[in-house]
Amino acid sequence: MATISRRVLPGFSLSLGYAVCYLSLLALIPLAACFLKAASLTPAQFWAAVWNERTRSAYALTFGASLAAAAANAVLGLLVAWVLVRYSFPLKRLFDALVDLPFALPTAVAGLVYSSLYVPNGWLGQFLVPLGIEGAYSRLGIVLVLTFTGFPFVVRTVQPVLEGLEAELEEAASILGANRWQTFRRVLWPPLVPPLLTGFALAFARGLGEYGSVVFVSGNKPFRTEIAPVLIVARLEEFAYREATALAVVLLVMSFGLLAAINLLERWSKNRAT
Amino acid sequence: MRWNKVLTCGGFFLTGIFAVLLSGCGQGTADGIELLNVSYDPTRELWQELNAQFIPAHERKTGQHVTIKQSHASSGGQARSVIDGLEADVVTLALWSDTDALRKKGLIADGWEERLPHHSLAYFSTIVFVVRKDNPKGIKTWSDLVKPGVEVITPNPKTSGNGRLSFLAAWGAVQQCGGSEEDACDFVTKLYQHTPVLDNGARGSTTTFAQKKIGDVHLTWENEAYLEVAETPGELEIVYPPVSIRAEPFVAVVDGNVDRKGTRAVAEAYLQFLYSDEAQHTLAKHHYRPINETIRKQYTAQLPELKLFPITAVAADWEDAQQKFFANGAIFDTIYQPSR
Repeated sequence: MATISRRVLPGFSLSLGYAVCYLSLLALIPLAACFLKAASLTPAQFWAAVWNERTRSAYALTFGASLAAAAANAVLGLLVAWVLVRYSFPLKRLFDALVDLPFALPTAVAGLVYSSLYVPNGWLGQFLVPLGIEGAYSRLGIVLVLTFTGFPFVVRTVQPVLEGLEAELEEAASILGANRWQTFRRVLWPPLVPPLLTGFALAFARGLGEYGSVVFVSGNKPFRTEIAPVLIVARLEEFAYREATALAVVLLVMSFGLLAAINLLERWSKNRAT
Repeated sequence: MRWNKVLTCGGFFLTGIFAVLLSGCGQGTADGIELLNVSYDPTRELWQELNAQFIPAHERKTGQHVTIKQSHASSGGQARSVIDGLEADVVTLALWSDTDALRKKGLIADGWEERLPHHSLAYFSTIVFVVRKDNPKGIKTWSDLVKPGVEVITPNPKTSGNGRLSFLAAWGAVQQCGGSEEDACDFVTKLYQHTPVLDNGARGSTTTFAQKKIGDVHLTWENEAYLEVAETPGELEIVYPPVSIRAEPFVAVVDGNVDRKGTRAVAEAYLQFLYSDEAQHTLAKHHYRPINETIRKQYTAQLPELKLFPITAVAADWEDAQQKFFANGAIFDTIYQPSR
């Protein structure tokens, strides 16, 4: 009478149980705690804590810089992935391994290194600052360091898809009379859009939460280079836990909305591609 | 299909057991008596030396062997760790408000300042200036900080205790020279316009000033100024302003923890030891100002006399200063305007 399981892996329920459990432990419970803590504020207190000129400028900077960095990563990452997949050159394996470095490096180190390089008497700053390019203690500096921390995401999401694209497809396209632009536009580009969007979303999300590297490179000047996580730390210093959590909740909700939008876009592009 | 349910329940059950085992690991007790001293950043070497003096002294007196663990990070962060469950026996933090936050959470009894001599203050310190070699900008006093072309490095008062003390020192200095509250407010507004970077902690500011060579003057604790100058031989020097704030790093036994762990007697003896002549000399050697006046007088070469005003000169007490200057929307927030 027993039904025969047709699933490849046995113990579906067991694995589901584990998955739900771990997801709860790792993400849902801490997030719920966040919302609960913030909910202990009255609506007026909540609003006062999360919505004023200072916080608005910090949100704008956090989201703006993360978007700019993610966009830069989408372009650069695609380029790097292309080079790593399509060409062979000496020390290619080493370059490939270097891509993951931003994951491994403590972000505070990245922040310190970037700011030391771009300060007026730093290695790069001594040439760039006279040209008016301030890569340290400026908004540009924040974008630079977020580009660094988010860099591996696009490369690592696009790379496997590129590897899976057979060269025969391009040959076929050219035999059928497509020029190089048409081949790229109609054959190569469509399957690359979903992984690019995924990588973009990951890099963007990484940028939103980044604190360690940014505080060393931004200068933290209110209204100019102050990111939202710095405001959270400032509220914690006052032992204002609830207000700090309220800010975190706003960031969470905003990021969730944006990520959901990117996911929808990705699904839409996948449907169009197939 | 029954099996599926059993397996699902089993999954949850096993995870639960695993979680309990994990949480149990943290509660293993070590042999002998162990104290945890939770302190702020630059005191690591100081406490290492003090511990090395206390342990044999205590063993001679009571026959009891103690091991002491130290924990160092930013003062406010350390206070939050203890609130969140770090089992500190004693806290030796930089700011009164950090220690008092533990009282507000019920970890330390009311009136804790009165339990140890000198209001639980074994040493004090102050904010001084660190400038480049030979003081090229001629910085001698507070008003020199806002001269055209002078850049000041100090951490963000919103995120750093060091930054808060520097702010209070600047504010108080104006009032000590006969200025009104408005004058003080004008001065600090200008001062923070001369601040190109607001690092989030004291360490960040030191790196900005000493390693990245940004700014002309760095406002910092006296003992940290000595460390900074020693780490960069021949590049920096200390300038004592004529007047500055009296920085008061209080010490306290964490009642909630020592009573549960049964370490109250040792913890109290440990803090009492700070007032001994031996410990007071050690404090002075590490550039902190000993509370014992006779001993302090022996070190005037290293710790020159200057006019130190107490917190009561700028606010009712440390708590009031926190509310008046650094709470959300308070004075420090008003000196920054949106740039447009």
